[in-house]
Amino acid sequence: MPDPVPAPGALAWPAETRVVGHSTHRIDAEAKVTGRARYASDIQADGWLYGMILRSKWPAARVAAIDLAPALQVPGIVAAVPARDGERTIRFYGEELAAVAGKSKQACLDALRAIRVTATPLPFVVREDDAKADGAAPVWDTAANFIPGTPKEQGSVDAAFGECAAVVEGFYTTPVQIHHPLETHGNTVSWTDDGVTAWASTQGIGSVRDGLAGALQLDQSRVRVVTEYMGGGFGAKFGPGVAGILAAKLSRQAGAPVRLMLTRFDQALAVGNRPSSFQKIRLGALADGTLHAFDFENYGTAGIGAGKASEGGGGGANLPMPYIYKVPNVRTKQAAVAVNAGPASAFRAPANPPASFGMEGAMDDLATKLGVDPVAFRIQNDPNPIRQREYKVGAEKFGWAQKYRRPDPAALALATAGPIRRGVGCAGANWGGGGNKNTGAEVEIHSDGSVEVRLGVQDIGTGTRTVIAVVAAEVFGLAPEQITVRVGDTRFPPGPGSGGSTTCPSVSPAVLDACTNALRQLQTQAGLSDIRDAKGANWAAACRKLGAGTVAARGMWQPGLSSSGAGGVQFAQVAVDTEIGLVTVEKIVAVHDCGRIVNRVTTESQINGGIVMGLGYALYEERVMDPASGVVLNPNFETYKLSGMADVPDIDIVLLDMPERGVIGIGEPATIPTAAAIANAVANALGVRVFSLPITPAKVLAALGKVPSPTPA
Amino acid sequence: MNAPDPNPDDAPLLGTHSRRAFLKGFGAITISAAASQTQAVAAELEKLNAEKIVGPGPVPVTLRVNGETLSLSLEPRVTLLDALRNVSTYTGTKEGCDRATCGACTVLLDGAPIYSCQMLAIEAQGHAITTVEGLAQDGKLTPVQKAFAERDATMCGYCTPGFVMAATALLKENPHPTPADVRRACSGNLCRCGTQPRVVEAVLQAAGGAADNGTPGDLHA
Repeated sequence: MPDPVPAPGALAWPAETRVVGHSTHRIDAEAKVTGRARYASDIQADGWLYGMILRSKWPAARVAAIDLAPALQVPGIVAAVPARDGERTIRFYGEELAAVAGKSKQACLDALRAIRVTATPLPFVVREDDAKADGAAPVWDTAANFIPGTPKEQGSVDAAFGECAAVVEGFYTTPVQIHHPLETHGNTVSWTDDGVTAWASTQGIGSVRDGLAGALQLDQSRVRVVTEYMGGGFGAKFGPGVAGILAAKLSRQAGAPVRLMLTRFDQALAVGNRPSSFQKIRLGALADGTLHAFDFENYGTAGIGAGKASEGGGGGANLPMPYIYKVPNVRTKQAAVAVNAGPASAFRAPANPPASFGMEGAMDDLATKLGVDPVAFRIQNDPNPIRQREYKVGAEKFGWAQKYRRPDPAALALATAGPIRRGVGCAGANWGGGGNKNTGAEVEIHSDGSVEVRLGVQDIGTGTRTVIAVVAAEVFGLAPEQITVRVGDTRFPPGPGSGGSTTCPSVSPAVLDACTNALRQLQTQAGLSDIRDAKGANWAAACRKLGAGTVAARGMWQPGLSSSGAGGVQFAQVAVDTEIGLVTVEKIVAVHDCGRIVNRVTTESQINGGIVMGLGYALYEERVMDPASGVVLNPNFETYKLSGMADVPDIDIVLLDMPERGVIGIGEPATIPTAAAIANAVANALGVRVFSLPITPAKVLAALGKVPSPTPA
Repeated sequence: MNAPDPNPDDAPLLGTHSRRAFLKGFGAITISAAASQTQAVAAELEKLNAEKIVGPGPVPVTLRVNGETLSLSLEPRVTLLDALRNVSTYTGTKEGCDRATCGACTVLLDGAPIYSCQMLAIEAQGHAITTVEGLAQDGKLTPVQKAFAERDATMCGYCTPGFVMAATALLKENPHPTPADVRRACSGNLCRCGTQPRVVEAVLQAAGGAADNGTPGDLHA
């Protein structure tokens, strides 16, 4: 949807761009490849202490007392604080109990072991189906684990199914996925009488400032958050979190800055995840291939974030169905189920990848049943004209017409020599995004021609710093590396959180506005009667005329330069070994649009990243809970598998540049359709569908009838 | 602090206390015992028992990092990663998991890539340690670093030092790797942002190979 139409004569992107839309090296790449870039976890503030959190080993317990005195006896330990005062109930394995600060990591490890916790274990439940059952252990005292959703109906679904020429049904499940940024959550916090400074590994410096101020009862103006570099977030790193607040309290008690970074184990337990989904789908089409009826029932868990009626939080288990397709008769019924596990949080394109997996699977099975081509079937039923175009572009690039064969299990079994079968699949993505109108920027132009642009935004790894340099360079007629970009400080003009694919459409207009204002000011302030255009070749001469002066200008996000609504389609080719069940993704073709491309190379890198993450969601990633003990069984990288170097397929990216639409983000849509496309390719290869992510070898073999189903009923 | 430490007394601990060395000695004993050389067994045991026990308190540890000598006081249980990042200022070496699964802490030990989270600092004495900060000389990026920057093989960048070290070690061993060689050499490194395709391109470019596809040709700078 386009933003409000700007007034005539309003700020606009140049008709011809010299830097915007081309490819510029990340301006901070050198800092990153030399180790010079300082991340939150690298901060060594004067006199800093190491911080660490004690976590519950019980999935549910009543904690009567926490004795921190023995921890304070450990040599080197300077401070110890409880996570909460007084008696309390623990609701998941890994919930925070207390924290310590000391002069070394070793001292902290010893101190955590010394803390005495008096607690009574309580009954718990960690599996979705168990939590729904009668008599299940209650996760919350004040709310049921599961309250069935209210059906929402559009049209007349039951009657409509009677009119369908073909109907498919399936039960699709997706796992709880963990964000696992390579830098864990954490902060270095210094709390003195002057206020709080937090060096945070965050994707929202403003959210950390406001969260700390609220929790510590300080004025927001007395909290400063600095994030020069941070090592990934993917939705989980907003706000200070429990760890940030504990670091602040430790700092206050110790009288020294405290660096408290989570361990990799902590990361898997307590700081967010993507909810699971259990989707019962029924989809029907008329004889001409038009989608006609859709019936959907779904539940999923957001851990303790679900069922939390008294404290808010819907659980995030609701999926946008029937996703990108137009169906006249639709019935949906969805609800979240609470279990004793860490709460969910936003995760790259929340709710979209699971929705895409379920819906696109049903689409492919229905196309097979109707005997129509899945790409043509999508173009017929997806009303979005950009995506329709992308399917055509992608099919051509991928060689869909040559590669696609209608799956026929009997023929496949006979025709295939050897155990390897190949298949192809596709899926589409949709994302809103859009710019944040409260984004500001400030620019200083110095008499030596150097330029500084400052924004209170953070670069989460998408290349925000470089985007800012690109836009500024465009306006001033300079090269991007001539622009000094300063981000990641709440003392700079307010910027958006890096989430929802909103950063680029927020900062690009603000920088364009600020730089345009600065250029205008340079013309007048320097009294440039003899230089009509201060840009480019005249830049140095124009700036020299500032003498002892400096141009300082500000700008804000302006309408008409960005918009929302990004699409994209992806095609996957897989090879499946039917003897051992292993799926190898051989090729992905990704066709995406995000309006006006600001920096092509970093845009493509984000698409790579979305695909690699989607690959993990498709084949490898799943948080595994033990129903007997209530613990997370795979809180590390040896048992929670991310896509590795050898797993990543050949990726071909086609970017549709649509400058007329303004700037739109790309982070979320890039990861949405990958798992669905891979799952469809696997189904195409096998002639039977694996209805459950991740598509492990055991599930493939079970789908082929070679082993019993590994999925608990 | 900048000349290599000439004093061999500071660097002999490796081999006298390590588990591997102990087991090796033990193996020798069994063989000897089988030969009924009881006297030799007794002598060997006496030698083992006489070994200096260090810790649990801090002991002097001398590390040679990027050609500089660091004199530290560390508990023997402190890892090389911890010593670099937290006790010293070599924060370019990242901690991603602290258990040998992510590769962010990769450094070179006498030129070979190791996970610094899996070696005790005390064991690293007497070896030449190279961190990512030690690669560029006089501010000039190495071909690997330059290629990572030019091919956008870094996103959030937290895994990047580890990949750069693994790739540096690969090219020293194998100056003309295939894409499969690159994937194998970097298979001990994880990246959550998804730079893997770019890493392969970058390492091949650093090796002087043709940059195949992916990055457009009109890169600035």
